[in-house]
Amino acid sequence: MPRKRASRRLAADVSLLAVAAAFALPLAWVLLSAVDPHAGLRVRVPDGLTLDNFDAILTPEITYTPLLNSLVLCGGATALTVVCAALAAYPLSRFRSRLNRPFLLTILFATSLPITAIMVPVYALFVRVNLIDTLQGTVFFFTASQLPFAIWLMKNFMDGVPRELEEAAWTDGASALQSLARIVLPLMGPGLAVVTVFSFVMMWGNFFVPFMLLLSPDRMPASVSVNDFFGNRGMVAYGQLAAFSVIYSTPVILLYVLVARRLGGGFALGGAVKG
Amino acid sequence: MRHRYRIAGALPLGPAVVLLLLFLAGPIAYCVYIAFTDLQLTGQAHSSFVGLANFRRAFRDDAFLNAVWLTLVFTVLSSLVGQNTLGLALAALMKRASKPVRTLTGGVVVTAWVLPEVVAGFLLYAFFRREGTLNAILDWLHLPRQNWLFTLPILAVSFANVWRGTAFSMLVYSAALDEIPAEITEAAEVDGAGGWRRLWHITLPMIRRSIGTNLMLNTLQTLSVFGLIWVMTRGGPGDRSQTLPLFMYEQAFQNSMIGYGTAVALLLLLVGSLFSVVHLRLLRTEV
Repeated sequence: MPRKRASRRLAADVSLLAVAAAFALPLAWVLLSAVDPHAGLRVRVPDGLTLDNFDAILTPEITYTPLLNSLVLCGGATALTVVCAALAAYPLSRFRSRLNRPFLLTILFATSLPITAIMVPVYALFVRVNLIDTLQGTVFFFTASQLPFAIWLMKNFMDGVPRELEEAAWTDGASALQSLARIVLPLMGPGLAVVTVFSFVMMWGNFFVPFMLLLSPDRMPASVSVNDFFGNRGMVAYGQLAAFSVIYSTPVILLYVLVARRLGGGFALGGAVKG
Repeated sequence: MRHRYRIAGALPLGPAVVLLLLFLAGPIAYCVYIAFTDLQLTGQAHSSFVGLANFRRAFRDDAFLNAVWLTLVFTVLSSLVGQNTLGLALAALMKRASKPVRTLTGGVVVTAWVLPEVVAGFLLYAFFRREGTLNAILDWLHLPRQNWLFTLPILAVSFANVWRGTAFSMLVYSAALDEIPAEITEAAEVDGAGGWRRLWHITLPMIRRSIGTNLMLNTLQTLSVFGLIWVMTRGGPGDRSQTLPLFMYEQAFQNSMIGYGTAVALLLLLVGSLFSVVHLRLLRTEV
């Protein structure tokens, strides 16, 4: 029996390593090309290490402005999402009402609507109400599209905080908002972190929304501006494209690692999504 | 006291509800409206109601039917077959594998998922290009090379979507498999049930809810993929990888027909809502 188990483990290890290798090849390309002076399209060991690719792209026009735009856009929308979701989750989690269930079902329905499909009408609507090519318009749309899932997650995390702790505060005369801010939210730190990081990561990587709703090149976030490497600059400098991809991707990967570690390895999202 | 709570208690919902109504419900309602008009992009002052003309046009439009077909192929290949099966296989293998291998594989697969969509597109573009990594490997194995993005673009973008999306299924199935009590599988093993029989008669029935949820969410995510395909092929060559989102975009902006593009969008939204309702039904048994 132990021998059988050992051989089974070996088989599992070998298969997993094969899959991991296949998944790693494209990742290896971006990492190696970023430091390769003569980067092409295939994975290869660089003939010499260089930071020239990073030097070439670390200019205000190519890197700093788009990243700052991404930060303002996604940071603003994430902050708004988390605040609105926390406020909305509170009555849904704490007060009994006949409207809770229909509201939650509507929210849940909205979480899985394909947002891509409504981008053309959103564009037409934004042109009409003069929100096209504005930061606030894009922030509001990002927030609205992320809110259903954020409210759903937030409510589930909030349900995990026992009511008894709050009831004491209520008898001391604290208002609902006070007990939310002072008691409930501090107790659901990991949940709050998941909602914040998840919203931010989704927006940071989103291409279609800013691509449709923003027009001026100087307002573009990194997710859209990165396409300029193909479009306007003629010959594609693959090394620079790879270097930019590394810089643009690093923040979300770090954020993910941070949250995943805090929650003890397994990301709670798998469980949360299941309901 | 109770009554006061009821009104004041609902107030925190305000900001979220306002935003959702203005920026989510509003556009959806507007979508339903302009799908029945001939709204165009080119500075035309007003549009007129055209009834079902946009929809009749769609079903006679070969390019639309081509997009429907490609969307179907893309969804079945990458979501139902690819992400779902590979995700389950990875989750099952990880339960048996040694810890370092498990961590390594999980890390690599999840990284592909966390990467921004456009970056994932570039990486897979480089991988499938004629001068890219895949052909280099085929050369090394003395197998015939292909210009993947030209001969089989829909297959290439489907693989790209599998690469990018498998992590989600893997996480869902890992959580589901952890919930199966060890005694049950062990009992079956003692009774002499082989690996495949255990999978078919015990594992799959026990995680069937997770399978349903995962299939729905994968499909919905796959239906709305735009950036990945846009970066890799722009829907081309010609229209050979033009799924519905790309078709909708082309009609609305390259051909300036917002009304027609929105009608297509509305159809996509309807299909999405249908899946979404099924998803709700699956959850309802649990909630």
